[in-house]
Amino acid sequence: MDHTVTMTAHVEPARVEPAETPLTPTSWGKLGMWIFLAGDAVGFGVLLAAYGAARATSADWPDPYQRLGINLTAAMTFLLICSSVTMVKALEWLGRGDRARCRRFLLFTALGGAIFVSLQAYEWTHLVHSGLHINGNPWGAALFGTSFFIVTGFHGLHVSAGVIYLLSMIRYVGNRPEPAASYNAVEITGLYWHFVDLVWIMVFTFMYLI
Amino acid sequence: MATTDKHPNYMAIFWWLAVLTVIELGVIFLPTGKVTIGVLLCGLAVAKAALVAMYFMHLRFETRTLGLIAMTPLTIATLLVLLLLPDGFAVDHRTQATAPAASVQSK
Repeated sequence: MDHTVTMTAHVEPARVEPAETPLTPTSWGKLGMWIFLAGDAVGFGVLLAAYGAARATSADWPDPYQRLGINLTAAMTFLLICSSVTMVKALEWLGRGDRARCRRFLLFTALGGAIFVSLQAYEWTHLVHSGLHINGNPWGAALFGTSFFIVTGFHGLHVSAGVIYLLSMIRYVGNRPEPAASYNAVEITGLYWHFVDLVWIMVFTFMYLI
Repeated sequence: MATTDKHPNYMAIFWWLAVLTVIELGVIFLPTGKVTIGVLLCGLAVAKAALVAMYFMHLRFETRTLGLIAMTPLTIATLLVLLLLPDGFAVDHRTQATAPAASVQSK
C-alpha cells in the first residue's frame, strides 16, 4: 500500500489540480477551457454566418478587399501566427524546467498581442476617417460597417483579454518554484491564445479577402 | 503526465502557416471567377485553422472527447450556413422575378 502511494506521488508531482478523469487524461481545467472555447467558437460562428447572410442578401455590398485594404491586416495575421509560436515555445521551455525562458516567451506572446490590438486601433481610426462607421458608410450597405466593427471588435476584445491573461500567467509561473506546478495552467492559457489566432484566420479570410 | 506530452515541430507548422497565408494573398489576384477564389480561400483558411488546432492546440495528441468537443461548433456553424443558404437563393429568385415586372410597368 505504501509502495503504491509513493509511486503515485512520483508520477504526479505538485500539480495544480487532480487529473485522470474519464473524459480527459490531463486535467479538468483543460476540459473546461475546451468547453468554453467551443461555446465561444459558436459565438464567432454565428457572427460570421450573420455577416455572410447579410452580404448574400445585399445588392450594394462594398468590396471588402478594396475598401479595407489587406497590407496591414496581412502583417497582423503574420504577427498572430508568430505569437502562437512564442506561446508553444513558452510551454516547451516550461516542460524542460526552464521557468525564466518560459516567462520570457510568455512576455513575447503578450507583446505580440498588444501590438496586434494597437495596429487594430490604428486601422479602425484610419477607416473611421475614411467614412466607415458602425451605422453607415459612403460605399453601400450600412451593415458593411456594422458587421465589420462588431466582428473585429469582438475579436480584438478577445486579444486584449488574452494579453491580460498572459501577463497574469507570467506572474503565476514566477510564483511557483516547481515548473511542473504551472505547466497545466500555461498549457490551458495556450489553448485560449491559439484559439484567438484560429478565429483571426477565419475573420481575415471572410471579412477581408473574400 | 503533462510534461511528457508530445511536442511537434512547431517551426515547421509556423512555416506552413506563413506559406499558406502568402498563397491566400496570391489567390485573390487569380484571373478567375469570384466563386472559385472564394472556394480556394475557404479551403486555405480551413487548412490553416486545422494546423493550429491539431498541432498548436495539441488536438492531434488529445483524447477523442476533446476532439468531439472541438468538432461541435464546426457542426453547428455548418448547419447554420445550410439554414441560411435558402435566404440568399430566395433573394436571387425575387430579384429575377421582380425585374421583368418592374420593366413592364415602366413601359
